[in-house]
Amino acid sequence: MDGMTMKVAEVEPSPPARLHPLPLRLMHWINAAAMLIMIASGWKIYNDEVIFGWLHVPDAITLGKYAQHALQWHFFGMWVIALNGLAYLIYGIVTGRFRRKLFPIWPHEVLATVRDALTFRLRHDDLTHYNAVQRVLYVGIILVGIVVVLSGLAIWKPVQLSGLLVLFYDFQTARLVHFLCMAAIVLFLAVHVALALLVPRSLLAMLTGGPRVDPASSHSAAMPAE
Amino acid sequence: MARTTPARSQFRPAAGIDQSILREHKGLLAEIDRRKLLRGTLSLGALTMLTGCDVADDGSVRKALLAVSQWNDRVQAAIFRGDHLAPTYPESAVLKPARFNAYYDVEEIRPLDGATWTLELAGLIGDKRRWTAQQMAALPETELIVRHICVEGWDYVGQWSGVRLKDFLQRIGADLTAKYVAFTCADDYTESIDMATALHPQTILATRYGREPITDPFGYPLRLRMGTKLGFKNAKWITAISVTNTFPETFWSKQGFNWFAGI
Repeated sequence: MDGMTMKVAEVEPSPPARLHPLPLRLMHWINAAAMLIMIASGWKIYNDEVIFGWLHVPDAITLGKYAQHALQWHFFGMWVIALNGLAYLIYGIVTGRFRRKLFPIWPHEVLATVRDALTFRLRHDDLTHYNAVQRVLYVGIILVGIVVVLSGLAIWKPVQLSGLLVLFYDFQTARLVHFLCMAAIVLFLAVHVALALLVPRSLLAMLTGGPRVDPASSHSAAMPAE
Repeated sequence: MARTTPARSQFRPAAGIDQSILREHKGLLAEIDRRKLLRGTLSLGALTMLTGCDVADDGSVRKALLAVSQWNDRVQAAIFRGDHLAPTYPESAVLKPARFNAYYDVEEIRPLDGATWTLELAGLIGDKRRWTAQQMAALPETELIVRHICVEGWDYVGQWSGVRLKDFLQRIGADLTAKYVAFTCADDYTESIDMATALHPQTILATRYGREPITDPFGYPLRLRMGTKLGFKNAKWITAISVTNTFPETFWSKQGFNWFAGI
């Protein structure tokens, strides 16, 4: 053993990691910015050939002066959101964060959580523990994120990736899937932001890292598990 | 087929430019470009965090977005496969008549006279003799029943036939190692494509739609039709074709649309 390793072995064990480690927080906010770019520029692109005749997005909330500028934004954001998303998936799997925080999901727990929420008995005192409904929503939005990228690739390259396009039936149904994923993300975003504002500690935790947690458990080190 | 060297431009200096200086600093030049892209991308991300700032109208943001669009051109060229075919469809799927689209309304089209029309050839081409509509129509035909996909999001299946661009380029002694094939159109439209796409088996100079001569709104007497590019790349009412190594900007690329526009 050389001197360096000896030195490392002698130091005190470092304190438990934060609830949201720095790489996770970075990925979260990069994703947030890229998602806003994708949604707002996507709306402008959608307006050029609407899927639903009754639905045009007001220009005030779209990104890009004309369609070409919206396309430029979209195909810039595409790289950010796909690479950041891929890094997030790898991080979640490799560090075990997905397994610790998002699983298992039991249907009876989901029902119980919904019941508690409807009767205003849902507690939020432990930020580090996701309730069953949160788990369902987070797993769901990750899956939607994967589908929105795949359907986007199929629309971008319906010939070069013709095998991928077949998964979505044809070009127009791939467009529809891409649109519905966007709608699901916007819906999630509305609930997610509303809840983050209702429990400001959770928003703060995504900025500063939140409480330190024992890596062996999904619960806070400072707070006993319920 | 014999290839000829193009005539030297009278505007080009006889001695030429000392290329060794450029070669010497090749690495530096490439690095500057990379840095610009990186810096542009980073500042884009930072700018979007600011509220109340119309980032889309900012000059440097425009430039950064265009740099990303050019990067996307390179990515698309890299993933393009010369032997990968666009899906084809049965004749029953064909839309008749085809869907019209241009940068102006259908009432404003200016039909061409097939009897007096000729195709002009320019650039890195051996035999630059003009072609008449009758000569073009007499060339061996390939039929293409492929999906037309517009950048706006609509699509339809069309049935186009005409000579393969690859066969035509070989016939006229074009330099197939050149980078671009450019098209000039009667409606002041300009278009250009990469050589790999020009040589793709589903790239044709169409003279027929649904086995009948193409009609005025769709580019009579000659138009480009490719199975591997977005709709707007398919130049209509072609009056000139040129083969070149100098990047030819196009009607839409000048306005900010992605140039490669592959599908």
